[in-house]
Amino acid sequence: MTRIKTQYVGQWIDVTRSKQFTFDGTVVTGLHGDSVTSALLANDIWLQSRSFKYHRPRGPLTLCGQDANTLVQTPNTPNVLADRLEVEEDLRVSAQHYTGWLRFDLSRLLDWFGRFLPVGFYYKAFFKPSGSWRWWEPLVRSAAGLGVSNLSVSAPYNDKVYAFCDIAVVGGGPAGLNAALSAAEAGARVMLIEQEPYLGGSLSYHAFNGDMTATQLRRDELIQAVYEHQNIRVLVSATCNAWFSDHYLPVLTSGRLLKVRAKQTILATGSSEQHAVFRHNDLPGVMMCSALDRLIRLYGVVSKRPVVVLAGNDLAYQTAFSSQDAGAHVSAIVDLREHCDDPALAIHAENRGIPIYKHCAVFEASATTLGLELAKIVIHRLDQTDGIGEKVATIKCGILAMSVGFMPAYQLACQGGAVLNYDDETAQFSLQNLPAGMHIAGSVNSMFALDTVETDGQNAARAALRGLGMSVEADEPNVCHQRVNHPWPFVKHPDGREFVDFDEDLQIKDIVNTTRMGYRDIQLVKRFSTVGMGPSQGRHSALPTARLVAATTDRTVTETGVTTARPPLTPEPLGLLAGRRFHPIRRSPLHHRHVALGAHMMPAGVWQRPAFYGGTERRKSLIEAEVSAVRTRVGIIDVSTLGGIELRGPDAAEFMNRVYTFGFIKQPIGKTRYAVLTSEQGVVSDDGVAARLGENHYYVTATTSGVDQVYRDMLKWNAQWRLDLDIANVTSAFSAVNVAGPLSRKVIETAGCSVDLNAHDFPYLACKEAYVAGLPVRMMRVGFVGELGFELHAPSPLIGELWDQLMTAGEAHGIRPFGVEAQRLLRLEKGHLIVGQDTDGMTHPDEVALRWAVAQKKAFFVGNKSVDILSKHPLTRQLVGFELGTSSPQPKEGHLVIHDGNIVGSVTSCEYSPTMNKIIGLAYVHPSDSAVGSTIIIRTDNDIHVRPVVVTTPFYDPNNARQTL
Amino acid sequence: MPLGLLKYGFKRDYPFEAEADIPAPSDLKPHYDVVIIGGGGHGVATAYYLAKYHGITNVAVLDKGYLGGGNTARNTAVIRSNYLTPEGVKFYSASVKLYENLSNEFDFNIMYSQRGQLTLAHTDATVRAFRQRAEVNKHFGGRTELISPDDIAKLVPMLNLNPANLPVLAGLWHKDGATARHDAVAWGYARGATQRGAQLHQLTEVTGIITEGSRVTGVKTNRGSIGAGAVIQAVAGHSALLAEKAGFRLPLVAYPLQAMVTLPVKPFLTPLVSSSALHCYVQQTSRGEIVIGGGSDPYPLYNSRATLPLKESLISSAVEMFPFLSEMRLLRQWAGITDMTSDYSPIMGLSPLDNYYLDAGWGTWGFKATPICGKTMAELVASGGKVPELIQPFELDRFNRFEQVNEMGATAASH
Repeated sequence: MTRIKTQYVGQWIDVTRSKQFTFDGTVVTGLHGDSVTSALLANDIWLQSRSFKYHRPRGPLTLCGQDANTLVQTPNTPNVLADRLEVEEDLRVSAQHYTGWLRFDLSRLLDWFGRFLPVGFYYKAFFKPSGSWRWWEPLVRSAAGLGVSNLSVSAPYNDKVYAFCDIAVVGGGPAGLNAALSAAEAGARVMLIEQEPYLGGSLSYHAFNGDMTATQLRRDELIQAVYEHQNIRVLVSATCNAWFSDHYLPVLTSGRLLKVRAKQTILATGSSEQHAVFRHNDLPGVMMCSALDRLIRLYGVVSKRPVVVLAGNDLAYQTAFSSQDAGAHVSAIVDLREHCDDPALAIHAENRGIPIYKHCAVFEASATTLGLELAKIVIHRLDQTDGIGEKVATIKCGILAMSVGFMPAYQLACQGGAVLNYDDETAQFSLQNLPAGMHIAGSVNSMFALDTVETDGQNAARAALRGLGMSVEADEPNVCHQRVNHPWPFVKHPDGREFVDFDEDLQIKDIVNTTRMGYRDIQLVKRFSTVGMGPSQGRHSALPTARLVAATTDRTVTETGVTTARPPLTPEPLGLLAGRRFHPIRRSPLHHRHVALGAHMMPAGVWQRPAFYGGTERRKSLIEAEVSAVRTRVGIIDVSTLGGIELRGPDAAEFMNRVYTFGFIKQPIGKTRYAVLTSEQGVVSDDGVAARLGENHYYVTATTSGVDQVYRDMLKWNAQWRLDLDIANVTSAFSAVNVAGPLSRKVIETAGCSVDLNAHDFPYLACKEAYVAGLPVRMMRVGFVGELGFELHAPSPLIGELWDQLMTAGEAHGIRPFGVEAQRLLRLEKGHLIVGQDTDGMTHPDEVALRWAVAQKKAFFVGNKSVDILSKHPLTRQLVGFELGTSSPQPKEGHLVIHDGNIVGSVTSCEYSPTMNKIIGLAYVHPSDSAVGSTIIIRTDNDIHVRPVVVTTPFYDPNNARQTL
Repeated sequence: MPLGLLKYGFKRDYPFEAEADIPAPSDLKPHYDVVIIGGGGHGVATAYYLAKYHGITNVAVLDKGYLGGGNTARNTAVIRSNYLTPEGVKFYSASVKLYENLSNEFDFNIMYSQRGQLTLAHTDATVRAFRQRAEVNKHFGGRTELISPDDIAKLVPMLNLNPANLPVLAGLWHKDGATARHDAVAWGYARGATQRGAQLHQLTEVTGIITEGSRVTGVKTNRGSIGAGAVIQAVAGHSALLAEKAGFRLPLVAYPLQAMVTLPVKPFLTPLVSSSALHCYVQQTSRGEIVIGGGSDPYPLYNSRATLPLKESLISSAVEMFPFLSEMRLLRQWAGITDMTSDYSPIMGLSPLDNYYLDAGWGTWGFKATPICGKTMAELVASGGKVPELIQPFELDRFNRFEQVNEMGATAASH
């Protein structure tokens, strides 16, 4: 096959730069600018894939990435469109979805058995005897699928780009170029998005008015003006792959996803050429006229194979002529119509020596001996009613180019809510009900003659400018009379294999039989037959399916409609969408100090916290040592992740009183109070400590994972209550450490403290603003771990220094940092519950003995109504403490509590307590088992039942003597 | 090849009409014993069981669109019973049991495939919750266990065990987890129901509920009014709107839920895999497509449009779990509308009207319950309002009684 490079032929290729790649192991030489498909065709390789169901040989259909016939794979990537894949040196491409060899596919057997595989056959078989689908499914699964995933590929790091414009123009053909220019002239910022590597669209491959020279002059003029215009940003090789609400457009480029926010969108997306439906219309060599035009004009591939053109409109004649001009042998034009709309074309063809078969159809195509490529076609005359008449001729040909109609590229518009209406007169779908700010121009708007296309682009720009609030002149009157769609390009064959949907191997009878089985709605037709579900998402099957279903179910084509268009427009790489894969974690300001101390970090919500300090192999003993340090000397823990909320204002106390269950109006300044939140359902939802720092100033903590919700809820409530206060989430602004243990007071005193820490001046539950080691802190005496302890909250930038000073001061006292694991154990020894661990989405205060934290005489707090009602219900479960001897199997958190053979609750916390040398835990039990001394039954691993005894909590220091020292 | 397919090949034009799965459209009758609003899986399943077990066949199933076109068409076909509450586990287990034999019962292959479902735990809290779910499941005879990262690696070798810096600590392995061809479930039920005499009316929208005192006497539709002895509403995402037409409110909030699918590739993944922390699940269909789904959209909305931010975050999570997915191509993204209850359990049973029954609150968990819903709703209607024990915990009145059935933790992103 010759490669031709002239002004009008082979525009995209560079004949001086050859590129070698392999296709299915064979070395192929292409040219710079080739797609893999065009290079293969230049080497006369037409068979490029196998079809999904019958494994029929398939070759290029559209040459612009609109069909599934060129899906190939590269070593890392399955399902790549070869006609969108640029050739590169050493590129390795292989065909996919075949058994054996591409040219000799053993799965082709399925085609011969096709008659036994009616549409939806898998619903009718493979399940008898019962359960046999289990054996059939793996067979069906391995027969399905297309490419093969390379499971060892790692994910790339792809940045994304945010971009903005006034008007996004999608499509750089004649309509889009005009729209962009008109809009830019008026002062709008325009982004012109073209999926091919060059602007121009059909101006590059279609001879409008039969004049390629004039067409291309016009093209060059437009492109130059566009590139010279400072208001236009041009993106080529960029696909606007969806239209999301409010003109949010994802644009795919190589290695980048652009997220474009436009104010108006002009779709100049063109239209998809449609195929004729006849027997063996899927053979390699059968292609769209526009595909043959592209092959010659863009890639300079002129085949020696004889060409026949199947015409349903006048446009097809231009393909015949331009192919002949480029050196192809055009053997015939088969015209479905009685005559051309423009009589001059027929005369022109005659002068060129191209015979025309008028009012004839291709009855069937047949393949070469190996069955792999088109060899000849049989022509039949059409009768008065467009039915099939007598045979007219058999014509040998290697290429059959068809142009029988167009479907607007409706996808982006329909994603925005536009609908398609069918006009029986023009046999065409057109778009209606466009969303606000969306405009269409060019052949997507049923404009085909060049002057109307250009005017339409300008008119769309005017509409968009009006949408921007600019005043512009009235639209140019513009009507296109050119007819492009043949109403019924179907030729039913007694032996079938007239394909409606190439992706899914669906023939006329499959669609018809689907409706005969009762699946009449177009959506059900799709779901049952799978029409339109394939990689090209119905680009070529929607129109013929709508026509067939309308005819068989006695409805109009508009009533029948097409299936919903969903994003994306073209299959998009997941790697581009995933982008950087940004899954943020949060670290305390002390993070690096913990790491330096050898901490084993664990996730706590989005935070990273030290679980314990030291190697995991000594986990148990390290945790025990940390516990022991707190119980006997002093420990320090980073509690920066605790939520912190600041409430200031005259109504702060009133607000606290409404949000939390306790009474806060009378809380003294300088005191802390346990603060529980209940939801409107009366469920315990969070807890913390509220410190009253001033008359109008509270500082409240919340759980690490709960604070965001607590803060949101507070804002929500106050949006309704309108109380006079300011609420701020200061979780990040403040960081905190807790110094706990009998020697904690000494450590802080050693570090230097501006206030007296003795039990009289700074008693249990007191809070003060003070200086420790010269640093400003909010100090609270709280007792989560049940020892003398101080929680020091400091501005985050100072917490590192505070930690260092305390560690230095504590050295002499044997201070030891402790992690979350030790803290959990310490608090369990004290019987304190953790909201979220010892409570669930149903826990109300009575179930967990928190009644004491609920004010009895308050008129209102969030959830009080529910809490009141719930307290009148008999309890169905209760959280209790239990203990077991060390010889017993240790229950795990989540194990069930069984009562009379029924599940009554579960273990929420359970640990071995080194302090007590017992297994201790908390569990929900049946109320009748909640009394101290009762025995409960816990089912542990391997169905072993253990019978712990219910005991009072705290397990440790039941009189709370140590924390009040 | 199965012998059952031979008959199709030996006749040039097999008479498909003779055994049409769905009968041709017909006129509405003036009165039906039972009118079911909503021709999704639940609606047609109810009609099927009414006919099959209770001999009630003067039944109309009405749908404003097409058969199974709502959430039956949009869900991602997860079938499982590894819930948290005893009420939930009993209910969904009964559904799984019915699913197992459904193809043969229908004589129509719903492609029920018990591939197992694996949910990943990345935090201690999740491990605790998973252990409890495994234990509750075992208690009721289900096959669910907590497995280690090593076991996970054997089960799904291509899974990244440290996705997004959230190491996998354990997995909840639910052997009974399954999938099926979701549309076929609706078709199978519709076929069985109509063969027994029930009528399916598509493109028939209910515009009002006709009542006399506390009784429903009929419904108004865009094709005229019809009388009804009893009415069932089974309209998923639009439950609250329909209830309003019937004159009462349901405690439901509608959220869009999105899912997406890639181009098909050869099979590599058998179980359904989901991550509790990444709110993402991944499975491979029989066609070879990878289905990716996750949590609902973050705000209430009655609109099934797809959005870019959700797609980006969901795919970013999926790629963390299976890095090689980055080289695969997304084909389609869609959404449904889910009617969420505050306790993540359905609302089934009686309504404030005497002979008007509720099948609502199906949020993101409706598909898996299709068979048992149909069966229990049929029993409820046939008995004239005696609520079957299995669905008593899900009655609307539970919200007044403060007896919610909390499945929040067991629902999340696994659906």
